Amino acid sequence: MPGVTRTVLRGGRVIDPSTGRDEVADVIIEGEIIVTVGPMAAAGVKDDERDTVIIDCVGRWVTPGFVDLHTHLREPGLEYKEDIASGTRAAAAGGFTTVCAMPNTKPVNDNRAITEMMVAKGRSHGLVNVHPIGAITRGLAGKELAEMADLRAAGCVAVSDDGRCVSDAGVMRRALEYARTFGLVVVQHAEDHGLTAGAQMHEGRVSTRLGLKGWPRVAEDHIVARDIMLAQTTGASYHVAHASTAGSAALVREAKSRGMAVTAEVTPHHLTLTDEAVLGYNTACKVNPPLREQSDVDAMIDALAEGTIDCVATDHAPHAEREKDCEFAEAPPGMLGLETCLPLLLGLVQKRRITANRVIESLTTSPAKVFGLRVPSMREGSRADVVVIDPECVWTVTAKRMQSKSKNSPFEGWSVTGRVERTFVAGREVYRHAGEGV
Amino acid sequence: MNGSVRHLLGIEDLPARDIVQFLDTAEVFFGVSTRRVRKVPTLRGKTVINLFFEASTRTRTSFEIAGKRLSADVVNISVSTSSVSKGETLLDTVKNLEAMHPDVIVVRHSASGAPHFIARHTHAGVVNAGDGMHEHPTQALLDAFTIRRAKGHIADLVVTISGDIAHSRVARSNALLLTRLGAKVRVCAPRTLLPAGLEQYGVEVFDALGPAVEGADVVMMLRIQHERLTEALIPSTREYARTFGLNRAMLARAKPDAIVMHPGPMNRGVEIDADVADGPRSVILDQVEAGVAVRMAVLYLLAAEAGQSPLA
Repeated sequence: MPGVTRTVLRGGRVIDPSTGRDEVADVIIEGEIIVTVGPMAAAGVKDDERDTVIIDCVGRWVTPGFVDLHTHLREPGLEYKEDIASGTRAAAAGGFTTVCAMPNTKPVNDNRAITEMMVAKGRSHGLVNVHPIGAITRGLAGKELAEMADLRAAGCVAVSDDGRCVSDAGVMRRALEYARTFGLVVVQHAEDHGLTAGAQMHEGRVSTRLGLKGWPRVAEDHIVARDIMLAQTTGASYHVAHASTAGSAALVREAKSRGMAVTAEVTPHHLTLTDEAVLGYNTACKVNPPLREQSDVDAMIDALAEGTIDCVATDHAPHAEREKDCEFAEAPPGMLGLETCLPLLLGLVQKRRITANRVIESLTTSPAKVFGLRVPSMREGSRADVVVIDPECVWTVTAKRMQSKSKNSPFEGWSVTGRVERTFVAGREVYRHAGEGV
Repeated sequence: MNGSVRHLLGIEDLPARDIVQFLDTAEVFFGVSTRRVRKVPTLRGKTVINLFFEASTRTRTSFEIAGKRLSADVVNISVSTSSVSKGETLLDTVKNLEAMHPDVIVVRHSASGAPHFIARHTHAGVVNAGDGMHEHPTQALLDAFTIRRAKGHIADLVVTISGDIAHSRVARSNALLLTRLGAKVRVCAPRTLLPAGLEQYGVEVFDALGPAVEGADVVMMLRIQHERLTEALIPSTREYARTFGLNRAMLARAKPDAIVMHPGPMNRGVEIDADVADGPRSVILDQVEAGVAVRMAVLYLLAAEAGQSPLA
């Protein structure tokens, strides 16, 4: 749409957790900025005005763009799974205008050069805002600290050894102290590897039925408990990546009640799937931490609804088809997340497990606050990172039609309700549903 | 069956009716092995591939003899490594075999679910000859066959299974099969060797072998592997033998006509004493003999043409 400088989103339900606004209103975007928001604010705008596009949003939701704190963009080094261009296309299609890229690339993002490359590539090839997450330790090896001051200066917004737990309590203590110096949140993949040697899925009835080694809940719980104690000792900000157990939710709840800077995220799949999905050795459902039991799913939904769990993060983890088309033990853990996140959460809204407003908050304001990012907002004067959602649309998840390079979705064939119709980043439409990316 | 069951991947999905058909068909084949000419033409022109990714003497030989006694062409493939990093992927291996049009692929693999994966990628019937810690259905069938021959029935028998229940595919398949046919199954092991969610099998759990064996009709001992020591699951084979090993005194607590079973290979002096293993109550070699008949039945029911009778 060359020449267009003004976009009018007319008559949608504007849901903006950053201001508490939830009403039918018009939104006028000029250039990169939201200039006007209000009921009938665009009543006078005619559709034949030059350089103006009017989009009828009646029956739609208009919200700030989503922020994902946990994305695997796979670049550099693993571009056969995903790259910054394809991963941000997937993000845009899922309503995400900001993604935080995990450092388990090849080479690992544990130094300024990789971070700078990711930031530059994000600017040149990314459809949405890309913020790298740096490693906590060199090579994710859990021994020596990564150069966090450098990482911060180059653009990293947090540090994590995601995929590996910082196991050694001494290293974790120093990581928390050092990260605090530079205002970086430490994101822990909470897994006691001593308790999960050879683990393929959640330890329980199903793992025994399938003869697969189990990953017990306690492997997550006791790392979270230890880390909360270390965070208290060090005064650092601590974030639990992909919390999956009722136990870790309870620990975070307790820490928050004492006013600690402890936060947590939960993935869409831990809110919607149980270990039974693995039956039949379905490698699309192999993920780390593993899919757990209904009691955990219920606890995670409640913890998200009440705010114990701050936000939803996708842990979007693309893998090539050939890597998943094998015996279960050989398949790498991980599943796609960006393009199915919103409808899965809206499914919980339909079941009245959580409110629509809390869902939007957990995708926008809450994650931005966890990492101290600019809070996406529909406030006048804000950068126009905006999503238009059709909350009623019923559609069938089809991995082949997704923007991601990979197809490893466990939700293939699911009938879901609600979809992202348009995504704007800094006023530019970067996604429009119906196949034609703009 | 004869077309209704394409694969034998586990006992879990096998209804009691099918289990009984396997056992009854095995009875038909049992006599073939003691004839002067131990061969019937039933599977002439059929190809059976034994695809073994784990070392096995007993099971592979048993399948090979079963196939040959049915006049099938039997090919043995032993793959020393099942690691994708070192060799061909399982998918490529299966595609290559598929191109040679086998009728049955018998597979043993260290990865649970590998036979299920193969079954999705081949037109051949797939028989699970042991996958990881998952199932070993032909072992459970031959154990049931042996029990039925010795006791005349399976329903209401008290069967004690003791050993490394957590890692044992034999324990899983047997617990599923025996409970499905109405036996009362007890399991006994140190808690480190019991899996999560054991209650789903409807078995009774014992911490001590004595009470577990008390009044039992069948005592089935499972092998303790040496790696369980390095995994900190048991402290020593000595302590294991003293607390969970089956000796004559312990066996005396079972019914007077109780039988002793072991799927092999045995660790004499660890889970079972030599005089029990070789004693009058042992049916361990009967199990091996039954294995050939049961596997003939399995190959016949999976591979024979519709209407083909077992012995002709």
